[in-house]
Amino acid sequence: MRTIAEINEKIRKGQAVVVTAEEVIEVVRSKGIERAAREIDVVTTGTFGPMCSSGVFLNLGHSKPRIKLGGGTAYLNGVPAYTGLAAVDVYLGATALPDDDPRNHDHPGDFAYGGGHVIEELVAGKEVHFVGTAYGTDCYPRRRIETTIRLQEINEAILFNPRNAYQNYNVAVNLSDRTIYTYMGVLKPRLGNANYCSAGQLSPLLNDPHYEAIGIGTRIFLGGGIGYIAWWGTQHNPSVPRKDGLPKRPAGTLAVIGDLKGMSPEWLRGVSMWGYGVSLAVGIGVPIPILSEEILRYTAVSDDEIFAPVVDYSRAYPEREPEVLGEVSYAELRSGRIRVMGKEVPTGALSSYAKAGEIAQVLKGWIQRGEFFLTEAVAPIPGEEAGISFKPLDEKGGH
Amino acid sequence: MQVSRRIVLHFPASLTGQPIVYRLARDYGLEFNIIKASVSPEEEGLMVLEVRGDEQGVEAGMKYLSEKGVMIEPFSQRVVLREERCIHCGLCVGLCPVGAFRMEPDTYYIRFEEERCLACGLCIKACPPRAMEVGL
Ligand code: SF4
Ligand code: SF4
Repeated sequence: MRTIAEINEKIRKGQAVVVTAEEVIEVVRSKGIERAAREIDVVTTGTFGPMCSSGVFLNLGHSKPRIKLGGGTAYLNGVPAYTGLAAVDVYLGATALPDDDPRNHDHPGDFAYGGGHVIEELVAGKEVHFVGTAYGTDCYPRRRIETTIRLQEINEAILFNPRNAYQNYNVAVNLSDRTIYTYMGVLKPRLGNANYCSAGQLSPLLNDPHYEAIGIGTRIFLGGGIGYIAWWGTQHNPSVPRKDGLPKRPAGTLAVIGDLKGMSPEWLRGVSMWGYGVSLAVGIGVPIPILSEEILRYTAVSDDEIFAPVVDYSRAYPEREPEVLGEVSYAELRSGRIRVMGKEVPTGALSSYAKAGEIAQVLKGWIQRGEFFLTEAVAPIPGEEAGISFKPLDEKGGH
Repeated sequence: MQVSRRIVLHFPASLTGQPIVYRLARDYGLEFNIIKASVSPEEEGLMVLEVRGDEQGVEAGMKYLSEKGVMIEPFSQRVVLREERCIHCGLCVGLCPVGAFRMEPDTYYIRFEEERCLACGLCIKACPPRAMEVGL
């Protein structure tokens, strides 16, 4: 039908036809698949929600005299970063907490500040307090350093998130008699509310359910800047049950990478999950090249065709029981009420549909203005045929 | 010592309709003013009260309420939205007991209708980017 090289040629000439994953639904409804596939070159997707498996590699630069943080400690605004790397490379994870944070000692903990917030402040260009300690060597004699850093003053700052952009997700409810505080938000007792977390029809991997149009090396919108799909994400599980190709359970994931220096705090936001911990809300937009009618057909998926499992987070989830209370569509979820076990339950979302739509529009604008070109995938993301199974951790006996 | 306290009570559905507040007067000798009260479609009750009585009576009354399964929070007068921190996720929509948040049907942006808010405070810590705060 068309190649990525041909699409890039059209982008160069300012002639590429780009629509969002929301707009494409209407185009296909009015023009039909065949004509829409002939006309549309790229469909843009988006998602913006808390993604805990996120973090940033920082190279802080060498002090005089030198210090070797590897094997020592590094704190950024009081939040510990991982130092098990070379002298001044550290990794700051989104869920890291200050050592003196009370956590859940006074349940439910507040979790006002952590790694995700430090990343937001770095990307906003703010000054960040840095304290490092080391054991000292002949070549790296220094034992302690305390100073401030800013994003633009350090060497590299590479956002590298091992698991983002989940393809579909659970709807969390609480069947117990007490309020519970989860990574899916506060859940009121006896089905008091239901929280979901996907942009549904706008979500990247729900628009390319078999990972045919994208792959490792695909250039994407990441945190307001440019990023790439680096690998498939951790817990990538394409083998879940599907309906019309669409996974009915949490399935594929992406590992993504990009230069933090080109990103914006609008699309990387530190978040606090009451009673659970801190995280980072990440904005991701993936362009889907329309290389076939089949690819276009999948991008035209709408919220009433995508189903998510309802899971009890008071028992089934923590006990790793497979039990599902039912399936609901994203159209029902977004209507504000779903029915679970015969009861009307109000819904809330963790992933912002409105912001996902903004991301898809921003990416569309970049492509239309010739500021963003598509890349060929250098290797595929494994699909159902790969036979990946989702492994539990079962403890070995005898201890 | 006589004390006076402004509190927000959340009643689970199983307790609405029971004469719990009345018992504060009968069994604990407390006086109270009901400032605001509502019952959500899920039949959860929400009540903003000013209670007065001697300190021990107030403490015992509060203990009685929490043993009954009522969640008690201090009453913060006004809760405001800091628009620049809101990411329009909608987590607050299903949580707010009086439906003060609304998702716009076409755009899916979240709107906060302050005039409906009872300032119960539940959304303050529940909002992930902490966009809700006590207003002055
Ligand atoms: S939970 Fe907070 S960020 Fe999300 S829509 Fe409500 S006020 Fe905005
Ligand atoms: S404080 Fe928040 S949760 Fe409570 S009534 Fe107001 S808006 Fe609703």
